[in-house]
Amino acid sequence: MVTHKTTEQASLTDTEKPVLRAKRVDVYYGNNLAVREVSLDIFQHKVIAFIGPSGCGKSTILRCFNRMNDLVPSAKVKGEITFKGKDIYAPKVDPVELRSQIGMVFQKPNPFPKSIYENIAFGARINGYKGDMDQLIEESLKKAALWDEVKDKLKQSGLALSGGQQQRLCIARAIAVAPEVILMDEPCSALDPISTLKIEELIQELKLQYTIIIVTHNMQQASRVSDYTAFYNAEATDDGDKIGYLVEYDDTETIFQSPQQQATQEYVSGRFG
Amino acid sequence: MIEKTAQNSNHDRSNLYDTALKKRYGIDNIFAVATWSAISISVIVLAVLLIDVCIDGIPKLNWNFLTSFPSRNPEEAGLLSALVGTIWMMITVAAVSFPLGVGAGIYLEEFASDNWFNRLVEININNLAGVPSIIYGLLGLQVFVRLFEPMTGGRSILSGSLTIALLILPVIIVSTREALRSIPDSLRLAGYALGATKWQIIWEHIFPLAIPGILTGTILALSRGIGETAPLITIGALTFISFLPENLQSAFTVLPIQIFNWVSRPQPEFHDLAAAGIIVLMVVLMVMNAGAIILRNKFQKKF
Repeated sequence: MVTHKTTEQASLTDTEKPVLRAKRVDVYYGNNLAVREVSLDIFQHKVIAFIGPSGCGKSTILRCFNRMNDLVPSAKVKGEITFKGKDIYAPKVDPVELRSQIGMVFQKPNPFPKSIYENIAFGARINGYKGDMDQLIEESLKKAALWDEVKDKLKQSGLALSGGQQQRLCIARAIAVAPEVILMDEPCSALDPISTLKIEELIQELKLQYTIIIVTHNMQQASRVSDYTAFYNAEATDDGDKIGYLVEYDDTETIFQSPQQQATQEYVSGRFG
Repeated sequence: MIEKTAQNSNHDRSNLYDTALKKRYGIDNIFAVATWSAISISVIVLAVLLIDVCIDGIPKLNWNFLTSFPSRNPEEAGLLSALVGTIWMMITVAAVSFPLGVGAGIYLEEFASDNWFNRLVEININNLAGVPSIIYGLLGLQVFVRLFEPMTGGRSILSGSLTIALLILPVIIVSTREALRSIPDSLRLAGYALGATKWQIIWEHIFPLAIPGILTGTILALSRGIGETAPLITIGALTFISFLPENLQSAFTVLPIQIFNWVSRPQPEFHDLAAAGIIVLMVVLMVMNAGAIILRNKFQKKF
């Protein structure tokens, strides 16, 4: 289905247009180049895994897609990132509005120290949700596979839940804003294997309605949940800094079974990283 | 054979390491005693002061003392005007310094970008917290009493309150910033990721969590303000007032000034009145602190 995707023109053979497209994206922190020349296309209702060793820039690139890097004063993004054809770094694009369309789930579950109900209602309220709030909260919790566990204690603190439940609450919170894309930055790295499995099953459900990009250190996870996989690597510069770059982007099976690049082959077979 | 190896390795270990447990526990004990002495000295000094004040002052404490104006006759003298003046002033100081201090703290911590101007402001605020209070008195005299006389009414409650508010402002700003800084960034990120603006995040998530810390800092600052004497004497608060303030532009006195006045009289009867005044001042202080604790607990109960 997909051929291979490291070059700029490389168009995945899918006929539809990509939801997100990065073109020769460089990210700087201050004057240091952190990630260079990343180009990739992300298609609707797919799960895309970003894998690679620490410091390869996979989280950095992830945070470019909803402009969370704007919050780091020294961060600079060059190149072009488009969301449904529009440049998200264009001056007239409002990052606040963008983030309501591209949600995010973080490494460590970070529910607000408020009730389960309030955790979900907050995002909807600030984005001017006009429908029935109770219904939205039930739907969001059901989609996040958490409803049965919490339906009788919606007024309790979100912090009273277990780590895995908290992370699903964070997913429910992201869904309630009706985003098109959900970015997940190592969502399972702080969770036990059973909670991890639940989140992975959830991701399979969610991709029917959302596009999901997931950063993971766990290669089994990438191979289980994703349709496409992007492998990033880092090279050291003369003064000891690391510059990350995209090595190979292809469908997950190809990346894990017959990657084109030797570095990918070595990484997915566990020989480094 | 195996046993022998084990013995050998044990032997090696005691050659390489001297665990000296006895010596280490000894040092533990020395520090336990040293820190215990530090706390006992503070408590003993405080206890002696309180007992001394209570012995002198409690016999003089009665309803008349609280409801009479000062007088040349120690039998008739009371501190009504000073007590009412202190209450008026604390309310005004709180009303002025809380919004200003918390606002400035929020700006510096959440909104200000890291540039030379904001760093300069920051350094100045930290330094202001250490400026002697009499300097604030001189500032208050020039600015509030003289320059703004038409508005403040000269040596009035308003002038005194503004001076004390300035004095405690740096403390409130610094404690607001500390309280905001202690809220984990992950909550801010969570808010941003949902498409919240800065103010929505601060108002809905950061501020409610920071409020207990902010209140604690504010009350500590007000407690400092309530005991200040020097700046108020500098701006010319009167020491003998036999009427109650009618509005913010009235002349006034406060408890510490009244106490100071009584202590400086030669007659020993007035010294006992001063002790009674100190007890009243401490009760007012404790009521304020208790109020702060109740408020803080009330806010903390929301998760």
